[in-house]
Formats: sequence, structure tokens, C-alpha cells
Amino acid sequence: MYESLLNYPNSLFGQFERLRRELDDAFGVSGLPSSIRSVAAGGVPAINVGRTSNSVEVYAFAPGLDASKVDVTIDRGVLRITGERASSLPEQREGVNVYAHERGAGRFTRAVALPDDVDPTQVKANYRDGVLLISVARRESAQPKRITVQ
Amino acid sequence: MSTNQPAVRSGDADTQRAVLPAVDVYEDQSGITLLADMPGVPKDRLELKVEADTLSIEGQVVASTPEGLEAVYAEVRVPRYRRTFTLSRELDTTKVDASLKDGVLTLRIPKQAHAQPRRIEVQAG
Repeated sequence: MYESLLNYPNSLFGQFERLRRELDDAFGVSGLPSSIRSVAAGGVPAINVGRTSNSVEVYAFAPGLDASKVDVTIDRGVLRITGERASSLPEQREGVNVYAHERGAGRFTRAVALPDDVDPTQVKANYRDGVLLISVARRESAQPKRITVQ
Repeated sequence: MSTNQPAVRSGDADTQRAVLPAVDVYEDQSGITLLADMPGVPKDRLELKVEADTLSIEGQVVASTPEGLEAVYAEVRVPRYRRTFTLSRELDTTKVDASLKDGVLTLRIPKQAHAQPRRIEVQAG
């Protein structure tokens, strides 16, 4: 079993994970275990996850990609985003000075464990302003129902 | 289903928390090129300013959020990028070229075409 706060976002473990991240941010990396799929801060792309009553929304902040070369797969409840970003620096030559090189380039993969109630056949992905938004529908049985009292 | 709303409500621009966008900066014979990663910032939320010899870049992240969205996990928590650079005087700030594509801002600041050495005349008397 893998640890993921996405499975139990509001559980004690989720809260511990959040606390751990905040402490890490404040005091540097600690020796405590982390989510097996988390990456170093500043890793490309950063990910936000939200949910509504009928979908799970994954936002990947991945600027400067060619949308046709981004791979999004869902395999056994794990959403995986793979892509590649070309370096935008010019070739080293006479008269060119590089002062800052903070933007990462090359291949990347990020994975997010989805909740159990999603329907992997109903996925929409949209790339806009450098944000890849993946919307996965939740199964009808997981959606809230109003029950009429007889 | 989705409406365009800022991910977080904004207040006064100068007092807002912001993160530094990652940048690449390089110089060649004709000028300086700056690339900045600002994912989620649309063109109309990007602000570029040159004041005296200071260049400032600021952008607000706008994400389309469906109704009733509840955050589960967030690595991007501050929906604003801001970074300031000091320029030098051989750069021509009136001819800055800017473009924003897929969340990457590209700025080209050319060098003055006629950066002539100034001659100082010594007055007699």
C-alpha cells in the first residue's frame, strides 16, 4: 500500500502530511517519511488537486509545453503526467552570457493517486496558459443523492 | 460547468504575497533576453513596468474552477508571481518586446543602438 494524502485528504494522516510539508518549508528537509510520490519543492510541474461532488480536478502548472507531446495516463487509480520541455537557452558560443538558469528542462513525470470512486473512462484534459487541467469524473454511485422521506 | 474566476480573491496588488517566478536570463551582442515561468497567468493579468532602471514583472494566476471545488492538495498556494530586476543604462527600455505563451513570458531588451561615448567639454576660465 502506498501512502498518499489524496486517498484520505481530511484524515489524521492527511493533516500530518500537511504539517510535515509546512515544517519542511520552514526548517528544511526533515528525516520523516513523505508521500512516496512527492517531489522536491520547485519540481516541474507543481500540482494542485481539488474535487467537487462529481469530479476530481488536477491542475499541473507546467509552462512552455507542447500540448501534443504531453502524455496523460490512468493506470490502476494512478494518474500519470509525462512530458518534456525543451531548453530555451541558446547554445554556448562567443558573446553569449547566461546569467540565470532556473527554469528546468528535460523530461518529467508526475503521478497522483486518485480516489477509488473515479471513473477512468471519463477524463478531460485541457492545456491553457501553461496549466494542464485534468478533470476525472466520479462514479455516479459516489455522488451525493437526496433521499425523499416517505 | 466551469467559470473563470481567480483561484483566490485578490486585494491590493502591492500588499499581496507573491512568489518569485523561475527565470532564465542571457545576454548576446544585441541585448538581454529574459524568460519567466508564470503558469496560469493570462495576458490581461500580466503587468510589466519599467520605472527608471527597475523592471518589474507581476502576474496573477487565474484558474477555471468548477462550482463547489474543494481543495484537497496544493503545491501552488500563492496565486501571484512577482519579481524585480535592475537594468543598466545601455539597455533601451523604450524598445522592450514582450510575449506570453503557454505561461512563459519572454522579454527582449535591446541595447541602445547609438550608445555613443559622451564627450565632455572642458570650459576654459
